[in-house]
Amino acid sequence: MSMFGQVHVSDNKYRLKGDFHHLTPNMPIRNADDGWALMGVTNPRDMTYIHSYGAEAVFFESLGQGKLMASRCDNKKCESKGSIYMPFRIFCPDCLVKNTVIDLTDVARKTARVHTFMVCERSGAFSLLDKPIKFINIEFDGVVTILMSYLSMGEPEIGMSVVPIFKTQDPTYTILDLSWVPSGTDEKKLPEGFSF
Amino acid sequence: MIKFSEQQLKVPRLARPVYLVTAGQSKFDRAIPDMRTEELCVDALTMAAELIDMSPAELKSYIHTCYYGHFADHFGDQLLGEAVIHDRLGLDPLGNIGVKTGGATGGSTLWEAMKAVASGYSDCALAMGWERMDEVPTDEGNFLISCAADKDWESPLGHIYTGYYAVMAQRYWQIFGKSEDSFRKTLAEISVKHHGYARSNPFAHAPMDITVDDVLKSPVIAYPLRALDCCVMSVGAACAIICDEDTAKKLTKNAKHKPLRIWVAAGSHTLRPADRRDMDIPLLPNESADQYKDLGERFPGGDRYPGFTGFLAARMAALYGYGMAGVKDPTEDLDVIELHDAFTISDVQTYEDVGLRPYGEGRDYVESGDCYHTNPNTGKPGKLPSNLSGGLIGCMHAVGATGIMQTFEIATHIWNRWAEVHGDEKLWKKFNREKPADWKDLQVKGAKRALAISHAGVGSHVTSTILMDPDHLLQKEG
Repeated sequence: MSMFGQVHVSDNKYRLKGDFHHLTPNMPIRNADDGWALMGVTNPRDMTYIHSYGAEAVFFESLGQGKLMASRCDNKKCESKGSIYMPFRIFCPDCLVKNTVIDLTDVARKTARVHTFMVCERSGAFSLLDKPIKFINIEFDGVVTILMSYLSMGEPEIGMSVVPIFKTQDPTYTILDLSWVPSGTDEKKLPEGFSF
Repeated sequence: MIKFSEQQLKVPRLARPVYLVTAGQSKFDRAIPDMRTEELCVDALTMAAELIDMSPAELKSYIHTCYYGHFADHFGDQLLGEAVIHDRLGLDPLGNIGVKTGGATGGSTLWEAMKAVASGYSDCALAMGWERMDEVPTDEGNFLISCAADKDWESPLGHIYTGYYAVMAQRYWQIFGKSEDSFRKTLAEISVKHHGYARSNPFAHAPMDITVDDVLKSPVIAYPLRALDCCVMSVGAACAIICDEDTAKKLTKNAKHKPLRIWVAAGSHTLRPADRRDMDIPLLPNESADQYKDLGERFPGGDRYPGFTGFLAARMAALYGYGMAGVKDPTEDLDVIELHDAFTISDVQTYEDVGLRPYGEGRDYVESGDCYHTNPNTGKPGKLPSNLSGGLIGCMHAVGATGIMQTFEIATHIWNRWAEVHGDEKLWKKFNREKPADWKDLQVKGAKRALAISHAGVGSHVTSTILMDPDHLLQKEG
């Protein structure tokens, strides 16, 4: 019986179980305007990648636990000491010393606002988000960068105050576990699986 | 606040002068199901040879190293596609390398070829770029393009690259465009212009005789961007031959044109716009710090640089390139340009990044009529015509070839061969395209100096390519 490919790590090695690809036959491409002459062939392929989050794993694990983790340069010798990064950066981009992981959840709840946004009517293949997708880029007090994410409720505007919500029920362990809603949104109205 | 060191801001220096000798390109289209990529590349190289009255075999005998621009291996499902093309062009056993910098791949390929010649490693280098974007369905194509964004932090958000760019457009639209209907109309005019110029270009993928109203009524992709504000997704190839002075003279002995001096410079910025940090605006020679002191007052919210509204990579590519070639004021010193108009709004942003207008005032380049072949306000030649090929909106965006196509286009103006190439009845026929009855000769008369900007996505890589008639340089060289 077929099962989705699953992976775990043991002894620092990937251990694979299940089906990682599915076979589909090639099909000819023919020219309807020229006696159905052969012009090419389809090459179907269905693959599953195995990807390490490395030292960013703490960020993606924390989302499912309702926390937004950022990172901060604490190197006394660095000109950028004290800079807080969201998106999370493992290393300071200036001194390349490993950043300190910090919890930005409260700062996000109190200060997050929309820097810019876009309502997108289309998506690419394999997208799991409903359309239209409301992209928002979010500023936080004391953070030197601007996070990209998506708004789950309401209509975005520049300067709008937003709060994070987290997919704590059945998390996907991807960036999709983090979304945003306008400040003051009733928790009962959040999308399924999400909470403050 | 990011700061740059003196060493990082050094003006790049070439060890010897470098020349663009000839160039060529294939037909561009949304799909070319009856040709393999190598056929497109052979078409481009054959055209380059013909422009200097040589056979492909003769031209090939001069080539010493090869630089291949091909961005998306996964589109073609072929790793080492460069090796396939290199073999099919019959260029073994020469050294070759693939170049990939997103939408800037074509410009970066020229950058590599130029450096190879400038250093003395090669006397003649081939820069060839192509893209094959017709071999997957469009939604899968969008997915594959989105893989150029950060795969953990951005791509899962809809797998739609347009969206990652469009947030930047939105910010520019609201802060610098002030969401004005008049600005929206200006953006639409860019689309009308580029699709319109494409009508005189036999290579072009998307020639259209449209109006501002057509653009404003086209389907919304990501507001305020509509379908006709966006570049096309194309298939095609383009190439250039880059040489030192002695080889350039030999190769153009029987040619109708002379070799052109070429400089290519490059800049970069974060793959994720989210990672952009604040900095002072690096100033171009025609700018002063004073002029930006009140930027945030004139455009509330516009004082964060580069924020989401400027492209630092484009600014740096211009800064390095102008320094190399002696450009002090691009609008005064240059005669024709090709910009990377992935979207109408990014065209405007680039006017500012490369110094055609100060930050915040890009729209004036269109509204003044300076960007047109013939200024619609005065009926006289435009001061600095842009994208007479049709650009990415009207001509093509076959990613790996785009920057080379732009360079081919500006070269034909300086060679005074634009009409000969673009008006060639045989070429129109070969591409199975009908030459319009109102075909226009868009040759920029007396063009001596030109610029092409090749740009990756949300601004991770940008190159500036500057061409000059060697008898009309802007500075003496020691």
